[in-house]
Amino acid sequence: MSNPYAGLTDYLAFHRVETNYQQRTENRLDISKLRSAHNLLKESTFTPKLPEKGYCHRGLYININTLEVKEQPVTQEMKDIFIGGRGFGLWQLWHAVTPSTKWNDPENEIVISPGPLSGITQYPGSGKSIVVSISPQTDIPIDSNVGGYFGPLLKFSGYDFLEIQGKSEKEIIIFIDGQKGIIKIEECPLEPLDSHILAEVLTEMYAEGEGDRTNISVVSAGSAADNSLIGMLNFSWFDKRRGCIRLKQAGRGGIGTVFRDKRIKAIVIRGPEVKGDHNHPVDFETIAKTGIKLHKELRALDPSQCVMRRNGTAHIVEIMDAYDLLPVHNFQYGSHPETHKIASYIWDLRCTQRTSDGCWYGCSMSCAKGADGLTLRTGPYKGDVVTVDGPEYENAAGLGSNAGIFDAEAVLELNFYCDTYGICTITWGTICAFVMECYQRGILNKERTGGLELTWGNWTADLELMHQMARGEGFGKIVGLGVHKMKHIFAERGWGDPKLLDDIGMENKGLEYSQYLSKESLAQQGGYAMTNKGPQHDEAWLIFMDMVNKQLPTFEDKAEALYYFPLWRTWFGLNGWCKLPWNDVSPKDNHLRHEPHKIPEHVENYLAMHGAMLGTHITVEDMLNQSARVYNFQRIFNIRMGKGLRIHDRAPYRSMGPVSKEEYTSREDRYDQQIRDEMGQDPAKMSLEERMALHRTWRTDRYEKLTDAVYKRRGWTSNGVPTIDRIKELGIDFPEVLDVVKPLLS
Amino acid sequence: MKSLKIDNNKCDYGRKCNHECELTCASKVFKCDDPARAALHINSDQTIICDQCGDCVVVCPADALSRNKQGIVLLDKKICVGCYTCVGFCEKNAFERNPEWVVPYKCIACGICVKACPNSALEIVEVPTPSPRII
Repeated sequence: MSNPYAGLTDYLAFHRVETNYQQRTENRLDISKLRSAHNLLKESTFTPKLPEKGYCHRGLYININTLEVKEQPVTQEMKDIFIGGRGFGLWQLWHAVTPSTKWNDPENEIVISPGPLSGITQYPGSGKSIVVSISPQTDIPIDSNVGGYFGPLLKFSGYDFLEIQGKSEKEIIIFIDGQKGIIKIEECPLEPLDSHILAEVLTEMYAEGEGDRTNISVVSAGSAADNSLIGMLNFSWFDKRRGCIRLKQAGRGGIGTVFRDKRIKAIVIRGPEVKGDHNHPVDFETIAKTGIKLHKELRALDPSQCVMRRNGTAHIVEIMDAYDLLPVHNFQYGSHPETHKIASYIWDLRCTQRTSDGCWYGCSMSCAKGADGLTLRTGPYKGDVVTVDGPEYENAAGLGSNAGIFDAEAVLELNFYCDTYGICTITWGTICAFVMECYQRGILNKERTGGLELTWGNWTADLELMHQMARGEGFGKIVGLGVHKMKHIFAERGWGDPKLLDDIGMENKGLEYSQYLSKESLAQQGGYAMTNKGPQHDEAWLIFMDMVNKQLPTFEDKAEALYYFPLWRTWFGLNGWCKLPWNDVSPKDNHLRHEPHKIPEHVENYLAMHGAMLGTHITVEDMLNQSARVYNFQRIFNIRMGKGLRIHDRAPYRSMGPVSKEEYTSREDRYDQQIRDEMGQDPAKMSLEERMALHRTWRTDRYEKLTDAVYKRRGWTSNGVPTIDRIKELGIDFPEVLDVVKPLLS
Repeated sequence: MKSLKIDNNKCDYGRKCNHECELTCASKVFKCDDPARAALHINSDQTIICDQCGDCVVVCPADALSRNKQGIVLLDKKICVGCYTCVGFCEKNAFERNPEWVVPYKCIACGICVKACPNSALEIVEVPTPSPRII
């Protein structure tokens, strides 16, 4: 048997020698000089307070144009209907915008809300906050969940959400000091934009001594967010062992672009020293015991299950490849002979072990692996030694296999620059895969790209494209508009067939797909395109259940899953939880439980902790209703902003089936078998074109049937509009909500 | 490093000694009468003693655990965030929590229990400090 790792010997030998995880290029900026250039535009005071039963009962509103700073009430109605996190964000945003508001209008907001359970230190994955804004990519609300310390520190300073409105004329930093009760808006002309430097500089600048650095978290974007629509936000925390800042990302939908359009360089929070009972739950004992139970489960079972503590989410790269689900060459194929070069054992070696890597205290799943000692080979930081997160599965697949790149160090460098430039790695992965396929098919060429040879696997061209975007130059500037707009630009310029561009451009509602090949998973096709914000596995990650564990065998199972899981997953975003500890480890006896794919014991954990925090005990049914209120409200918000109907849930054909002859012939046996078994015809009597056409009809037809079934289950009309009965049943029948749907229901 | 060690041949597992080790630890170290709150537990079916292996130092997200000059693992209560990762990840169940406290606790090899044991079954020994493990 041939050695699959042949050729990697040098790489392995190099990285078996443990990296010194404190070695990196020092920041060369003079912080006192930067600070002395600050100009205080506004200072106000507040009374810091800790939450009671998970809530502070107030939010913080800042208008960066008028410099108004005020507290917003958190009413009982808000808590009952919108819970927190994504719910609070959407509710505040609804009142801030009108149906004609564009992403770059001053009234558009960025709302950051952690949720009532966020900040628990005892249960893994409890430090999330949700960011909401009108997206420059989709023109509808986007919600993006993010780790890092900002959300919990905001709440422990005394606020359930932070709501930023207006546009500044000057470059500004917003500083919220939750220890002293001071809010400052400062003009900051000299600070660089790129996050790995900016977050480090600001952590040093605003911390009062070394021990205070863990109380600082910085929200920032980066230079590419200034010149693209795909900007994201980095949320920092200070890694004491490494002695440097780490970053987690609110990636999807371009919120970093909104942030920079408002001319915000950073939002800095200085929270109080974190203690285990800051949320003041009703029943701390239950939370403590439930958390310890999961810690023990992770200790015992993670090494034989997902190995998240060593490899992070990238543990599934080779599993996806084995099941033909890994996106390769813009989702054309599901596996590649070189996948082993970016597989989990590489990341096991490349990420520093023997340290704690959670993005919030107490996350013993610790998937935020840090890869230290990366020497950059390109760009403005060429030669620097840096620490980068990663990569998550999405980054290994999106920046790697989907672009035909099977070089681990190149994937890490792409990951680093995406982070520091402030752009979404998932989005960039799908964008690059699209332009590389356009290059493969002659839609693009060297002349049209300004000299870049965007061939599969050309990581230097990929990075140069990103550097161009960060500089606001050349073809990089076009690429930064995203797949949806590029399709129209290429078609308008006569570079390619619009129908082909629609088929291969992996976007829906204007947002790029995340990194799973969904052709053979009808459930995941719906899980992507029938989402509120756009195609993102965050709402319905069904591919593993459907294709690997075979837990959704029937059509009805898939439709039910597209009812249950988006609501279950929405609940995480309302409360401030990460989804990974729910199903990236499972109890030893899980397979013996009814509906094991729902991980029943973990669902019980969450319900128990929710009750222990708030003092009100709820059932699974109550939980689904809580989520359904916000989910349907978001759907109606989409309709209000001009989308949210059936036409907007259509999926590109590449996500459903083989677009090209090469795709078909590469899996000819499978496709021919389906013609025999599923369509009752004889492929031997048909040409390749006829077989492809038959597949297209069959696949698009079953997607439409699934859409009908899902809409019915969700209580929506066949056009995807929530019915009046459903809206009333959920208790979100506010007059302004009914006004949006009534014209569509008559 | 220093570590607490039990001699199974000498220990009578509370049959006659009335768990003097636990009672003394609870009363002198933790100022309570409940042996359940001691930092060691010795019964015929289960012995729970911290061997200062240091796994908890590796997993602590707040960097609140460290070895002192004698190699004993100590918790800095001011830095601890009460996440109980140490409690859940201790294979010997030797990192514990008192429901009345937010911060957990463990044996610091102080030797009070050694002096209290009427059977001389406990001693503080010097053993090599293990390397940090990947956990």
